[in-house]
Amino acid sequence: MIYQGKQKIWSDYQKEIPDDHYFYVRSCIRQNLFPASEKTFLDITRNKLGKDFFETEHHTTCGGIAYHCDAIPQETSMTIIARQFALMHKYGYENYVCSCITSFGLYTETLETWHEFPELEAKIADNLWKTCKLEFAKPKYLAHASDIIYKFRNLIAAQAKYKLINKKTGQPLKVVEHIGCHYGKMFPSKSVGGAEYPYVLAGMIEAWGGEVIDYPERRHCCGYGFRQYHVRSNRGYSLSNTHKKFESMEPYKPDMIITNCPGCPYFLDRWQYVISELEGKTYGENGHGIPVFTYEEVAGLVMGYNPWDLGLQMHQVGPEPVLDKMGIPYNPEDKYKGPYGKDIGRPELPSCGCL
Amino acid sequence: MKNIVVIGGGPSGLEASANLHKMGYNVILVEKSPALGGHLAKWDRLFPQGIPAKDVLEGMISNINGVKYFLNANVQSINALGKSYNVILDNGITVLADAVLFATGFDLFKAEKKEEYGYGIYERVITNADLENWFRTKEDSRVANNPKRIGFVHCVGSRDEKAGNRYCSKVCCATAVKQACEIKQEFPDAEVFCFYMDLRMFGRGYEDLYLSAQKEYGVRFIRGRVSEVAENINKELVVKAEDTLSGKPIKVTLDLLVLMAGMQNCSAGAKVAGQIGVAGMETDGFFETKDTIYSLQQSNKPGVFFAGACTGPKTLPDSLHEARAAALAIHNYLQEGEKR
Repeated sequence: MIYQGKQKIWSDYQKEIPDDHYFYVRSCIRQNLFPASEKTFLDITRNKLGKDFFETEHHTTCGGIAYHCDAIPQETSMTIIARQFALMHKYGYENYVCSCITSFGLYTETLETWHEFPELEAKIADNLWKTCKLEFAKPKYLAHASDIIYKFRNLIAAQAKYKLINKKTGQPLKVVEHIGCHYGKMFPSKSVGGAEYPYVLAGMIEAWGGEVIDYPERRHCCGYGFRQYHVRSNRGYSLSNTHKKFESMEPYKPDMIITNCPGCPYFLDRWQYVISELEGKTYGENGHGIPVFTYEEVAGLVMGYNPWDLGLQMHQVGPEPVLDKMGIPYNPEDKYKGPYGKDIGRPELPSCGCL
Repeated sequence: MKNIVVIGGGPSGLEASANLHKMGYNVILVEKSPALGGHLAKWDRLFPQGIPAKDVLEGMISNINGVKYFLNANVQSINALGKSYNVILDNGITVLADAVLFATGFDLFKAEKKEEYGYGIYERVITNADLENWFRTKEDSRVANNPKRIGFVHCVGSRDEKAGNRYCSKVCCATAVKQACEIKQEFPDAEVFCFYMDLRMFGRGYEDLYLSAQKEYGVRFIRGRVSEVAENINKELVVKAEDTLSGKPIKVTLDLLVLMAGMQNCSAGAKVAGQIGVAGMETDGFFETKDTIYSLQQSNKPGVFFAGACTGPKTLPDSLHEARAAALAIHNYLQEGEKR
């Protein structure tokens, strides 16, 4: 691999990411799957970096899952999105940042569609007024939350207590970066680094001391894909996609995986359990799986957050091997305690004894 | 004596210059690079018979005996002055030209723009020009490493709206088949695959070349586009494509992948032409001819003519025909001017 070739492409795909004052919109599913990621994002941006990130309880889903499953028509999802943008405007913001990759893709698609078809934009503005009595507005800048952490990656590195470096060997951790399909594949120019060699997570990994792995199935879907998983009869296809990725990354012996999508970390994490049950095979060290993280979790680890405050006990594949390599202290006794010391239960281990 | 400035010292420029010189005109040939020959000078052998490019070029250069030419020279400015054109070169030479011939040729499509193919990212991805250079010099470690499985991707930057080039580059099919046979001659044990959309083997002897590639060399032709290229831990290339004849996606591991980069109008030539209002067409970027049937060598400006690939992708014989036609068109134009 010729690193300079990638740098050339990265330089072609740099987007403007404003420094401050954002209207923040959460994901529908991330709080269930990775409960502390969004909280950590807001804590880092607001309290560690001193930025203004506003959120309101009045925002809703973007409608993305229903849209991509053909459950609602495009105009309905566009009107939902217009309401989100109108809330941003109502609270005095013009920079919009969303936590979800599917939302980011759909917002981008919607803004581009309105740009190409102004008559449709006018119709949606009319729908918005008739249904919500809100004033139509569009964001001046649209960012995904991983764009923000990418933008502040060096500021985070400056405050880092730990690095993506194996403390015992001094070697950088080998990190697989997995980008959500809806981040840059539809509109490469709206991403950091483009569709083929995205830099948004690679930039974080480099800034925090790790080494990025480029493996043959890097671009492949995680296996979620709405019509794969949400259609029950297609779930075997979902699993086979994930299996293909792990088989492809296995020779590189990755220490960890970082993702920037709601579904990807979940499926890359949970399907490892299923693969181990079905085939008795795991892909990490010592019969363990490969720990999978969100970028907010990794930023939190680097900055010295307590791993259990980051919600890492909710992962199927335990994060301990990575914590040990980075030299992050943790109390195993606290792992399965909730916020008030309540036992939250333990994941079932696969019958093969893996993970 | 009438002055004619020929811009571009590739095959078209050389052939037109030789003919105009024989007609008794004062020809000034301007070439921006250090040597004459254009892309031909970098090529090894020519389809369909495999004639050495060097021999053909040497013949052309020997024909321009008596033509004034300047190497490493660029047209700094050009502007109309009555019926003539004032051409100022960056070497300090100024010519008042009675006619100007654009024989500025083509640029190869920059293969790195097709990011999914990994040119400039993965070490064993090369272009048709890189391979031709290796045939000629045997100096390229990417090729020399005894490849066992080799792929050719047709239509890289041609017939591709996403790349901005909707047109067919015309010569890539025959070049790919020629190179596939040649690489089999170099590495007889290698498996060779050609990924194509359509095979446009229109010229005399081209179809025979295609049949020979299959029968004699065992080249495997797969009808379908390559979707992505990646590198595995052994630095081999993992290539995904679709076989549209069997209706299945395929994945092959290769040691070398050759991208058949297509033609685009020469950007340097277009910049010069723009100074006198001669522009590329919106549809394909190549210069607009006076019409599309009868006056292919004439521009919409009096005294400005075209030859070769600056008006669209062409084979070498086609470019040479155009060069001779351009010489005749210029001669007729100047003769008519005398009568007026």
